[in-house]
Parts: sequence; C-alpha cells; structure tokens
Amino acid sequence: MDQVSLSAFAFLFSELVQYSQKHVKGIQDLEKRLNLVGYRVGQRLLELLVFRDRGSKRDVKLLNALLFINTNVWKALFGKPADSLEKSSEHDDEYMISDNDLVVNRYISIPKEMSQLNTGAFIAGIVEAMLDGSGFPARVTAHTVPVAGFPFRTTILIKFDAKVMDREKRLADK
Amino acid sequence: MSYYFAIVGTRDSPIYEAAIGNPLKDDGKHLHQFVLHAALDFVDDIMWTTPNMYLRVVDKFNDWFVSAFVSAGNVRFMLLHDSKNEDGIRNFFTDVHELYIKSLMNPFYEVNDPIDNPAFDLKVRTIARRFL
Repeated sequence: MDQVSLSAFAFLFSELVQYSQKHVKGIQDLEKRLNLVGYRVGQRLLELLVFRDRGSKRDVKLLNALLFINTNVWKALFGKPADSLEKSSEHDDEYMISDNDLVVNRYISIPKEMSQLNTGAFIAGIVEAMLDGSGFPARVTAHTVPVAGFPFRTTILIKFDAKVMDREKRLADK
Repeated sequence: MSYYFAIVGTRDSPIYEAAIGNPLKDDGKHLHQFVLHAALDFVDDIMWTTPNMYLRVVDKFNDWFVSAFVSAGNVRFMLLHDSKNEDGIRNFFTDVHELYIKSLMNPFYEVNDPIDNPAFDLKVRTIARRFL
C-alpha cells in the first residue's frame, strides 16, 4: 500500500484552501468550492476502489454503499475505518458518518469569525461523488460536532434525494 | 463474426464507439446506435436487481443480441453481437473496464467526456481480437 508524507499532504491541502479563499466571498462559497474539488476526486476513487476491493460487484442497496464508504474508502484514504455510521432518528433519508480526528482538519486552524467553516467539505465532496456515481444522489455536508474528549469531531451529514428512498422501498418490497 | 461496441456515459450519451467487423450491413449502419439506445431501458431495469457488473444478454434484435456491463460509476458498456460467447464477452468487458479506469485516472479527463484517443481505440480492438 502506498504511503504519502503527511506533511506534504497538509501543505498541499492548506494551499488548496488558501487558493479557494482568494476566489470566493463567504463561508458557503468556500465550502462549495472544496466540495467541488472533492467531487472530482470521488468520481475517480469510486471506480478505482470498487475495482480493487470488490472485483465485479457493485452496491445496489443503499446501506451497502454507505458501509463501503464507511470502511473501505476511509481505510484507503486514512488507514482506518470511520468512527461511526448512524441513521438519523428524525428523518428517514439522513445518515451521518463521523470521524473524531479528520486528517484534513488537523492542521487547519479556524479563526473565530469563521467558526461555521469546516474544511471537511472536501471529504464531503468525495462522499457525494461516490454516492452520486453509484446511483444514490444525495446532498452531503460536513459539520463540526464537538463531543467530550474530541473537540474537533467532524460529522458528515448525508441527505438522500426522494427518488432514492422511493427506489429502495420498491426494491425492498419486491 | 462482427460486433458493435459502445461505452455509454451516465447521461446516456455515447462516449466511445467501435465497429469491429461489419455488423448490420444490410439493415443500415445507423441502426447500431438506435438498437443500443433502445436496450438502455432494459439495462436500467436489470442493473438494480443484481450486484453483478456483467449483465449478460439484456435484449434481442432480429438475430442480434445486446450484452451489457455496468461499472461502479454507472457507466454502461454495451456490445451488439450475433453469437453467444458469454465467457469471452465477460473477459472482454472486464478488460475494457480496466482500460476505462486507467483513462479516468487522467486528471484532465472528465467523466462523460468523449474518448477519442487512438491508443485507446487500438487497445480496445486488440482486446476484442483476443476474446471475441
């Protein structure tokens, strides 16, 4: 398995954030830009990882696709599976993947006036591309949710489109 | 033994086409795209029922069969053929799939862009010669 130097990646990512900051006005735009960059990465990662890890099998069920992201993708990117995958109790179409210490956030310090920003938007873009590509279109965003002991815990919130839930229900009933 | 092969992107437009041999010569070459496009509906239905990427024969047109293969990113590889050769076709699809992933790794190539690289075309024809 190939390893990339952490400092090289941290430097590259910080340059990416700075470059994006120059061209945008506001936090929403910055998160959208990072999301777009991550989207392009995710499109390629999807095909590559499925080819390497699953051979000729694709995920047809929503839960399997999420589990694939939770374990395989996280392992390929960060060396360990994500810390948790949860289903929201209020909304049927929302799921959350959490990580206590995202590598991309470790070396980015957020000034107080931008406390809403979470550069995990890059990872959210990767997840969104992988879900879109496999046929489960969704809106994916990154939020900081501090929890005792982990002040920088990031939660990736995934909200699926209505037609995905319809199709899941149809296929489950058959 | 002739075949017509096409790679269809996520928005249902052809990214790459190759005619190997001379299929459908009597009925008119313009029918290739039409037949494959009509078969897309069947592919869309079947692909949600199985986790396999290779979907075997999905449609029949007069004497010709349409076989399909769906990649992880919902890019469809479709082959119009007249003889049944499941193993050969499966190997063909697997190798072209690998070739497609290698093209995807190019950061200047966006998903759904047409592939007009002559090296890609040459490799596809070599794979076809080996398995079909």
